[in-house]
Amino acid sequence: MSYRITGNTGEWEIVVGLEVHAQVISNAKLFSGASASYGGEPNTHVSLIDAGFPGMLPVLNRECVAQAVRTGLGLNAQINLFSRFDRKNYFYADLPTGYQISQFAHPIVGEGKVLVDLADGSTREIGVTRLHLEQDAGKSVHDQDPTRSFIDLNRAGVALMEIVSEPDIRSPEEAGAYLRKLRQILRYIGTCDGNMEEGSMRADVNVSVRKPGEEGYRTRCEIKNVNSIRYVMQSIEVEAQRQIEIWEAGGEVDQETRLFDHVRSETRSLRSKEDAHDYRYFPDPDLLPLVIEQSWVDELKAALPELPEAKRERLEQDYGVSRYEASVLTAEQAVADFYETVAKGADARLATNWMLGDFFAALNRTGRSIEDSPVSAEGLRELLALISDSTINGKIAKEVLEDMVETGESASAIVERKGLRQVTDTGAIETSIREILAANADKVAEYKSGKDKLFGFFVGQTMKAMKGKGNPALVNEMLKKLLSE
Amino acid sequence: MSGMHDFTLASARDALKARKISAVELTNAHLDAIERLDGRLNSFITRTPDQARVAAKAADEVLAKGEGGALTGIPLGIKDLFCTNGVRTTAASKILGNFVPPYESTVTSNLLRDGAVFLGKLNLDEFAMGSANLTSAFGPVENPWKRNGSDAKLVPGGSSGGSAAAVAAGLVLGATGTDTGGSIRQPAAFTGIAGIKPTYGRCSRFGTIAFASSLDQAGPMARNLQDCAILLESMAGFDERDSTSVDTPVPNYEAALTRGVRGLRVGIPKEYHAPGMPAEIEALWQQGINWLKAAGAEIVDISLPHTKYGLPTYYIAALAEASSNLARYDGVRFGERVNGSSLDALYEATRAAGFGEEVKRRILIGTHVLSSGYYDAYYLRAQKVRTLIQRDFLSAYENVDVILTPTAPSGAFAQDEKPTDPVQMYLNDVFTVPASMAGVPALSVPAGLDAQGVPLGLQLIGKFFDEETLIAAGHVIEQAASFTHRPAIHAGVSA
Repeated sequence: MSYRITGNTGEWEIVVGLEVHAQVISNAKLFSGASASYGGEPNTHVSLIDAGFPGMLPVLNRECVAQAVRTGLGLNAQINLFSRFDRKNYFYADLPTGYQISQFAHPIVGEGKVLVDLADGSTREIGVTRLHLEQDAGKSVHDQDPTRSFIDLNRAGVALMEIVSEPDIRSPEEAGAYLRKLRQILRYIGTCDGNMEEGSMRADVNVSVRKPGEEGYRTRCEIKNVNSIRYVMQSIEVEAQRQIEIWEAGGEVDQETRLFDHVRSETRSLRSKEDAHDYRYFPDPDLLPLVIEQSWVDELKAALPELPEAKRERLEQDYGVSRYEASVLTAEQAVADFYETVAKGADARLATNWMLGDFFAALNRTGRSIEDSPVSAEGLRELLALISDSTINGKIAKEVLEDMVETGESASAIVERKGLRQVTDTGAIETSIREILAANADKVAEYKSGKDKLFGFFVGQTMKAMKGKGNPALVNEMLKKLLSE
Repeated sequence: MSGMHDFTLASARDALKARKISAVELTNAHLDAIERLDGRLNSFITRTPDQARVAAKAADEVLAKGEGGALTGIPLGIKDLFCTNGVRTTAASKILGNFVPPYESTVTSNLLRDGAVFLGKLNLDEFAMGSANLTSAFGPVENPWKRNGSDAKLVPGGSSGGSAAAVAAGLVLGATGTDTGGSIRQPAAFTGIAGIKPTYGRCSRFGTIAFASSLDQAGPMARNLQDCAILLESMAGFDERDSTSVDTPVPNYEAALTRGVRGLRVGIPKEYHAPGMPAEIEALWQQGINWLKAAGAEIVDISLPHTKYGLPTYYIAALAEASSNLARYDGVRFGERVNGSSLDALYEATRAAGFGEEVKRRILIGTHVLSSGYYDAYYLRAQKVRTLIQRDFLSAYENVDVILTPTAPSGAFAQDEKPTDPVQMYLNDVFTVPASMAGVPALSVPAGLDAQGVPLGLQLIGKFFDEETLIAAGHVIEQAASFTHRPAIHAGVSA
């Protein structure tokens, strides 16, 4: 189903391309030895190179290059063995050298593609135009003093990957799915933590609209620095709406850079095309062209972890899970690892149901992530093993899991401590049932006169009497037998 | 103490090692000369006599133990473009204010490692932009040479004019220079001393204030090539902090001095016969040819067909880079700041007050040639021509080992004869720029005096990383010319 916006003159299609800035995971910055870690007191992760002192020279951090290559491989993209760094010149207080070192003419990664999953179960391929390495700028702080601005250079010089998509996105949903998929791939490979709140992933959104079937593109606007997937989706919607209103009123959309205001849910002009900077890009003469070997690329490729797509397919095959279940289980590498630890050598169906059901519910309830789960994968596996070998039944197991979350004790320890071992002694079950039937002679009579539904009542009463520990299958079997006596 | 000023760097080194003189007396003699003469020459921007005496004393202690490096106790001057830890570094610009770097450039670190004693920071054209040392915010440098029977103040050349004047006047035994388009060679020629611009990548640029990064190269300036060779060996070397520095071993340059030129093929490029060049420079060039021939070299006529494009393309490529390199002088983090009502106003006021006229002119030109719509016509075209110029040299070197040319189209001119047209001033670099554009090494040696008694230099241009052959050939000229003239203003002459 194509996404369409209905205006006064009929339906409109939207055309969206995304430029994602992803902060590279690395110890040091792109061209200096200063720490690239987030946070820290202002101006404590700054080298003289980052601060643009006279005579300071950039030296390329090889690990950042490796991260860009890994990411390119993860995007099924072409890796350029020759690339080059250019200077993008503009003045700003948080840009110490007066230029940003970026890759303009020759990016390290060329064309690639990302497969995104949509809610209706379909998939779409979104083209990646390029990925290049560049430095981040520092941070200007304007709200600490009435007359002065402060500059924090901790972020200045940290490596970013700018990942540019083709204008292949046709709905806010696709934009969201693309960003989620991109983030998933980056997190899998370990090249970006994808944390949009901390700014380690931000998006510039290019939006234009056109009539369905129309050739070519109309003028686009770029919405700068949108910092959540939800805002990206919202901003596309309101920007498209704005442009449609202009076109329908007989006007022209101006090419400009805009900001998204999520409080008022609108975009506002930041600067027009006329005010656009002339960045005067030219090759940075302090750096040699970046030439890498195919053999190195091959090494990096061989060392890549299994990527989400492949992992999902494998889980479907190895554990017999549905495509939907597999995509939930592979959303995060840590979840997939957890699942496989639980499911390996266990009843895979049981593992899947418990992961997606009670276990995720427990995580949600406690507000914990998979990484600091209150129950380890081994712990959950032990619990499921107790179900499989009939030590406890499923209902008791839910209770045990809650206990595990609360106390951190192992499943078997809880079962022992609380005496939850399932009763499989048919004698004990028979005794309980006989007591129930005797106490409910009227119900037994009703059942026997054809009120079949009362069977469930007897099961419930029996289990209650046995404090939930009765083996459900044996209880059923025994009840049937005794009721038919 | 006049004997102290007869030393060359090499002979002072030997005398120090032999304990015939002490580093302290050598340093004091030079500090005294600076005191005596530099009020007039203005070759120093910052003098560091106290640090120098401490360093000299330490050098004597090392020498007393029979230890020490290649330069232990040798008094040097440092062009004020090299950042020096704890010592004000200005680039001869107001915009750096009282900037004191908390770090040492690699080149000066190397010299300190080998025991050198720094007497201070030497004057230059602002940000090394000039050919006469007239653009310094700290005033012009006077050339210690005089025309016969004239007291007119001559320029020492530029941009390493302070280095050249200080060496020529005997205020230091050697100095560092930097050469972007001729800034070591042209002032060396103007002041009757020797100077080497090494192969691009030979000396680290780390900690040296950038003018044009793809061209800037540090090098030595001293009374003769032996002294230059000793200095270069200390200054050169791979530095992982400069991505353009080249990891190739540093040879013993001093040992190359006496190799001779027998069998060496010396190229004479026909394009360097510039129209309007004074006849005495043509004659000096011919003299150089004769000297090398007499010493056993083979003279080969060659062509460097793109020479005439050297100057215009240089002034595009270099200024494009400069416009970007100088963006960091914005008054925000260091140096002088002139406040304004907004960030843009602060930038404008700071840069308007901090940069001199020539620097502003060059930033404007550099910004222009990189601008959208002009980039292809200027910057990109210049890069292509630069490749052609480099190819000129590479194909010439298939047939010759070194190339001989004059260093500059004239001798030193008077301060008040400064051309009013800046392009006229740029012509000073016409012979030195092509080697810079190609990245190949080149040197200048004093070869004679013009009719007015002002020194003239000859330039030798070599193959990549073959400074040794250059030094050997240069030494042949040095010996044949037996240039023993001294300038009017010299430490060894009682004032």
